[in-house]
Amino acid sequence: MSMCAEVSAPEPVFAEPWHAQVFALTVHLNEAGRFSWGEWVERFSATLKRHGLSRELDGGEDYFRAWLETLEMFLAEQGAASRAEAEVMRRRWEEAYLSTPHGAPVRLRG
Amino acid sequence: MAHKLPRTSRNVIRGISKGDWTAGGAAAQHGAMPHDHPDHPHALLPPDPALRVKALETILTEKGLIDPAALEEIIDTYQNRIGPQNGARVVARAWSDPEFRAALLADADPVLADLGYYGRQGEHMVVVENTPQQHNMVVCTLCSCYPWPLLGIPPGWYKSDAYRARAVREPRKVLAEFGVTLPPETAVRVWDSTAEVRYLVLPMRPEGTGGMSEEELAALVTRDSMIGTGLAKVPT
Repeated sequence: MSMCAEVSAPEPVFAEPWHAQVFALTVHLNEAGRFSWGEWVERFSATLKRHGLSRELDGGEDYFRAWLETLEMFLAEQGAASRAEAEVMRRRWEEAYLSTPHGAPVRLRG
Repeated sequence: MAHKLPRTSRNVIRGISKGDWTAGGAAAQHGAMPHDHPDHPHALLPPDPALRVKALETILTEKGLIDPAALEEIIDTYQNRIGPQNGARVVARAWSDPEFRAALLADADPVLADLGYYGRQGEHMVVVENTPQQHNMVVCTLCSCYPWPLLGIPPGWYKSDAYRARAVREPRKVLAEFGVTLPPETAVRVWDSTAEVRYLVLPMRPEGTGGMSEEELAALVTRDSMIGTGLAKVPT
């Protein structure tokens, strides 16, 4: 199958690990029945539109930032993860990184 | 510039499905990190959005709303198993088998389901055929709807504002920027994807591919030729 190299080795699918994680999280929540894909698209395209008004989006980092913002809003709206909960948990992770020696696995405390 | 590709670093994702990042691993895996500090006193802090994603994951896991193993499976699938090679097989088969081609163009869903290309974002597929009279090109002006089971995750340019806006407004100019110049008598038709309908372009079979096997033909079918921003490769 060496002739297939061209089609089977495109640029990486996700440029950053968190792009993959937020993507997978959204697909999983959709499949678990938290929301329909149509509901997701409606909200996501609204976010893109809002962001695109002020500057041109390049489809890379800014695209996934818009994706994350949409997911945060959607989960807050659903009551699955409120803004406050998300912020507290983000800080806990930040503290975990800052207090873990270099090279050791980073885990939440408490 | 219609299709500025985002800067990417190959395989940056490799290994992330193995649970928590280690501090060293985060540095090695993280394209955004300018450099690695072997003597760093603490773990390198991932960028803000990465922490926010981790926060959501932790909250939803603790509430039992998500299964971390399912997340790993989804990432692995799109990273390693699904991609344009699936669509290329379908195109090669359509070039080789007139009955298959007719069925695919008439009603793609059952044909693709038979091949196992269904599910996520491939719920309702329409295959549009390029001819000397009409070239087809696919866009999603709303966001980035795309036939995942056949093509994987869309490239950066497909998601860009520039492509999404210009593909409809000035398709010939966009095509020219992709290096595709069509004869003036070929009309360009742009298909706008939605959450309900996804399109796959069936490119024209290149000249000089007479006795080729499906496998050889599939190697000529590029991702862009199935979005309509490219043509199938001519054998060398």
